[in-house]
Amino acid sequence: MSEVVQVGTPSAAGRPVAVRDTKALVAKSLKRRYAAERRFRLYGVAAIAFAGFCVAVLFVTIFSNGYTAFWQTNIRLDVTLYPQDIDPQGDRSPKALSTANYQKLIKQAFGDLFPDVQNRREKRKLFDMISPGATFVIRDMVLKDPGLIGKRVQISVPLSDDIDQFAKGFIKAETPESERRVKDAQIDWFQRLKDRDLVVTEFNSTFFTAGDSREPELAGILGAIMGSVFTMIVTLAISFPLAVGASIYLEEFAPKNKWTQLIEVNINNLAAVPSIVFGLLGLAVFLNFFNLPRSAPLVGGMVLALMTLPTIIIAARAALKAVPPSIREAALGMGASPVQVVFHHVLPLSMPGILTGTIIGMAQALGETAPLLMIGMVAFIVDIPGSPVDPATVMPVQIYLWSDSPERAFVERTSAAIMVLLCFLIVMNALAVVLRKKFERRW
Amino acid sequence: MLKQSIVVAALVAAAWTAPAEARDQIRIVGSSTVYPFATAVAEQFGKTTSFKTPVVESTGSGGGLKLFCAGVGIEHPDIANASRRIKKSEVEQCKKNGVTDVVEVRVGYDGIVVANSKASAQMKISRQQLFLALAKDVPAGEGKLQPNPYKMWSDVDPSLPKIKIEVLGPPPTSGTRDAFAELAMEGGCKKIKWIAALKKSDKKKYKAVCHSVREDGAYVEAGENDVLIVRKLEANPDAFGIFGFSFLDQNADKIQGALVDGVAPEFEKISSGEYPVSRSLQFYVKKAHVGSVPGIKEYLAEFTSEKAWGPEGYLADKGLIPMSDEERKKWGSEANGLVVNVNEKMM
Repeated sequence: MSEVVQVGTPSAAGRPVAVRDTKALVAKSLKRRYAAERRFRLYGVAAIAFAGFCVAVLFVTIFSNGYTAFWQTNIRLDVTLYPQDIDPQGDRSPKALSTANYQKLIKQAFGDLFPDVQNRREKRKLFDMISPGATFVIRDMVLKDPGLIGKRVQISVPLSDDIDQFAKGFIKAETPESERRVKDAQIDWFQRLKDRDLVVTEFNSTFFTAGDSREPELAGILGAIMGSVFTMIVTLAISFPLAVGASIYLEEFAPKNKWTQLIEVNINNLAAVPSIVFGLLGLAVFLNFFNLPRSAPLVGGMVLALMTLPTIIIAARAALKAVPPSIREAALGMGASPVQVVFHHVLPLSMPGILTGTIIGMAQALGETAPLLMIGMVAFIVDIPGSPVDPATVMPVQIYLWSDSPERAFVERTSAAIMVLLCFLIVMNALAVVLRKKFERRW
Repeated sequence: MLKQSIVVAALVAAAWTAPAEARDQIRIVGSSTVYPFATAVAEQFGKTTSFKTPVVESTGSGGGLKLFCAGVGIEHPDIANASRRIKKSEVEQCKKNGVTDVVEVRVGYDGIVVANSKASAQMKISRQQLFLALAKDVPAGEGKLQPNPYKMWSDVDPSLPKIKIEVLGPPPTSGTRDAFAELAMEGGCKKIKWIAALKKSDKKKYKAVCHSVREDGAYVEAGENDVLIVRKLEANPDAFGIFGFSFLDQNADKIQGALVDGVAPEFEKISSGEYPVSRSLQFYVKKAHVGSVPGIKEYLAEFTSEKAWGPEGYLADKGLIPMSDEERKKWGSEANGLVVNVNEKMM
């Protein structure tokens, strides 16, 4: 390796030809090449570290903003269910029981704790500390068991969102009184309740069992979760069979001509169409022409199915293409018909890829809000939907609506709802991994 | 896959029969400004009566009235909320589609505030100064316009602070923006005499001059999300934001409203009409639906009850600025009597 070789060619100007030792040359360039390699790896590590940092910041912010929403400041209240207030007729009729003035009972019970508060304005401030939802807690208890009437029961009812925010430290006592929503007197009363051990911090089960509400302490995500579930079922039921059928035909059976090419180009284009366009289409076709109900997950699912179709078709075609031709040929050679070849061999083998595409498409659809605006799913809906034709909203829309609410307590609920949505996405992606592992085959 | 197709078929079949049934739930569309109040009433209504909770959509005033005016029948909404009054063109559109008997119900007022962070000094500004600071073109002598040259507030008027003009506000699709342009910008604009004279000679130009907001970066469109604007103001003490009074009310520990024409944006001052940048909030009811959709009358009764829209009611707690006693009496009786008060002549 020590022989001297000529490197380079004589230049046009006829200058002396450079003669160098290869070893020296290699050694020299080697250093540079190693450095380049190290640099490239460093770039890669830096890129991943930066991405990781961003994700960490996002998660930490959401979590630190939102974890407090899973706890709610409640008060333990002893309420006497006076029969003359609930059921003056004494006939225990459901109508009387459901329309009785339970608010009076709550006010009585709460007012009894503060016998020194008599002034009307002061009393108003005092009762503002209890959530209006307390009334419904009592009502539901009585409706469930009318036998309770006349007895003294202990209930745990939420305090109002402002007091809750104060208890969690988001509203500070140091700020001047005129600038905070919790007044000095209320802070004093809250302290007295605490001293008497009546204030309890409990798991906020309302958040997971209720629909939307304008009172943050009564608002829950279940309505939106059910809406999302129904929407996703409809989306999956429509887009999966359609997309798989379309891609099988295009990939395995369709002749390669101008028409199929045109269709192919259109499918690829559709994948890039902004989602709001699908919403407009849904409004024009499903609502105005077919007269389907507004705000229904059925229509939402249909619109989102249109949106996810191209994604699944493209993924499914790629997966079908990746199945080696030898498998098809072998099956055909054994006497299988083309349909048998596809359904017995090619489709099962391409399933992991198709499922991955489907789940990516579904995850996209799960986070979509723009097309739903057009078909009326961006709405305030209290009742929890029981079927795909009931009015409903979905999780990302709920997040959007809460994030735009002026009440301070909705800030933490927004973050909590984002956490729930992220959990759903993680579960879906985990499902994709499991399914892929299950069906995966190597050749 | 066969199973899935059956499910699809069943769902479609179920949906096909659904619209034929009568609707048992009130449907409300419209303004995002009225949304917090309409939803509060809807929730209360759903919980205290045997009717279902109405569905309230936040579509914006214009979008809501368009849906509302599309026709009579259960597939169309019953009530449209609006942060501005219905336009003549919309009344005509309604009429064309057979929506003739419409009841207007005013529910209260909303003030639009110009606010900044508590970390800096409170601003005192006139509407004319606001116009000069935010208009696309400002007058340069009699009858002439020039692109807005002002970079600092102090350029507009030496009495204003020496900080860069940076205002975060709603985009043109928002009703808040419309109202701000009409009440604050135009209010200041017409104080300049020759522009005020334009109103008679060239109405189009007058509107273009008074309503156009500058696009050189001093006015930042911050989207419809007012919470976001509040957060940005906290982070940047030199910036100002434009949004509804309820956000100022809920965040009084972080931001402060500027005095406009010497009046602070306070509850009583907006209610009395003293604060210049305030607008009425209202909703429109389709009389033809009363009777076919259950609960509309009761919903109106709930909305117009003292415990809702009164000075001590729960809507005031949500940031609605109540009307005076006489106004409440007038609008309340018209609403509960279903008096048709929308026609082309009212404009």
